Amino acid sequence: MAYKFDFGAIVPHWELLLDGVVLTTELTVIGAVVGVSLGTLGAWARASRAPVISQIVGIYVELIRNTPFLVQLFFIFFGLPALGVKLSEFQAAVLAMIVNLGAYSTEIIRAGILAIPKGQIEAAQSLAMNRVQIFRYVIIRPALKKIWPALSSQIVIVMLGSSVCSQIAAEELTFAANYIQAVNFRAFEVYFVATALYLAMSVLLRWVLKIFGNFLFERRSHV
Amino acid sequence: MSLVELHAIHKSFGELEVLKGIDLKIEEGQVIALIGKSGSGKSTLLRTINGLETINDGTIMVAGKKVGDRDTDVLTLRLNVGMVFQQFNLFPHYTALENVMLSPQVVKKQSKAEAKEVAEEMLAKVGLADKMMHYPDQLSGGQQQRVAIARALAMKPRVLLCDEVTSALDPELVNEVLAVVRQLAEEGMTLVMVTHEMRFAREVCDKLVFMDQGRIHESGAPEEVFANPKTSELASFVGGLA
Repeated sequence: MAYKFDFGAIVPHWELLLDGVVLTTELTVIGAVVGVSLGTLGAWARASRAPVISQIVGIYVELIRNTPFLVQLFFIFFGLPALGVKLSEFQAAVLAMIVNLGAYSTEIIRAGILAIPKGQIEAAQSLAMNRVQIFRYVIIRPALKKIWPALSSQIVIVMLGSSVCSQIAAEELTFAANYIQAVNFRAFEVYFVATALYLAMSVLLRWVLKIFGNFLFERRSHV
Repeated sequence: MSLVELHAIHKSFGELEVLKGIDLKIEEGQVIALIGKSGSGKSTLLRTINGLETINDGTIMVAGKKVGDRDTDVLTLRLNVGMVFQQFNLFPHYTALENVMLSPQVVKKQSKAEAKEVAEEMLAKVGLADKMMHYPDQLSGGQQQRVAIARALAMKPRVLLCDEVTSALDPELVNEVLAVVRQLAEEGMTLVMVTHEMRFAREVCDKLVFMDQGRIHESGAPEEVFANPKTSELASFVGGLA
């Protein structure tokens, strides 16, 4: 084989890769926190069966789940300026991730809410709790517990999907890798390292989500 | 004025009319059992009293307020009406103590200390002082149901609705729950219960109400109702029990 591997060729660009990892992490953290919050509200609206709101959320969910993430991203970055909404690469990327995760997590969390036995909601009603109190104290924690593994997977998928944001020049990890291989032509080495970094980040993210889930759903008395 | 007054209650689920004009008065301190076959409308009737089921026609007054009225807040109504369910329906992510403390804290805005004091008192009352820190899945069915009773009592309701509270229990656990209900009755709590425990109803209740096919067929003192059934439906129901 004529090709000589030279991983040393990447070393001069390590800062760029690190910046990419940092930006990918930022996109993921903001996207996950805001996206899951949005999904929680969406799931509540869907499950509450308030006719208008529920339908609007339903349209949003179907629109996002049935179109490619790349097109959503392009629409936000290249399309919205026509309406006077001009966003930076980072803002567009993070908004696209929030909107995308918001839709998927709406459906995931809704499934968790629907799995709460009706009797528990009736018990809460009979204790004179209002809808907000019932959602907050009776529904959401057991519901999230039920769907936490599915939600965690979706967050990891969105993190990996952030690589697409390189297409609008958001300087995340894939963008950094593209840039480096364009400079030193070491495509194998660069993408090998990028792959390893994504893998490590995914494993780490799963682990963090698991620990966070354990913390969130751990049995501890609040009294 | 009676504590609870039902007048000409009609309720349908789609085509099926399950309550066909119910009139019933419940006085303060009275212990009433609704009896009858499955599907006779007992549970539905009970659930209309705290607004868990809406009615199609008729009026329900609880403590002078009309249920289902635009001016009556259903949440205010439910402060007066506690309920215990067949399936206990404890919140699985809270301990027994937290289950009992939750509503006084979030609805009545009691302080944690205040809610805890009441909760401990109620759990002691139902004989579970030593199980306060247990989660529902660490308790037997009978214990869970007693926590559910304590949870309802902690809101200090004026009437407690009991919907077949022993039907989901293993036979050996029925008595511990009935003992608590009996104690409440003796203390003067107003109770309306749907039950299949005829002997218990006979011993504890002031009044039996027999329902069949969405109507009240007979009501009166237990001895009277059991000894002299006036309608053939009750006669056959009582006969079926023997």
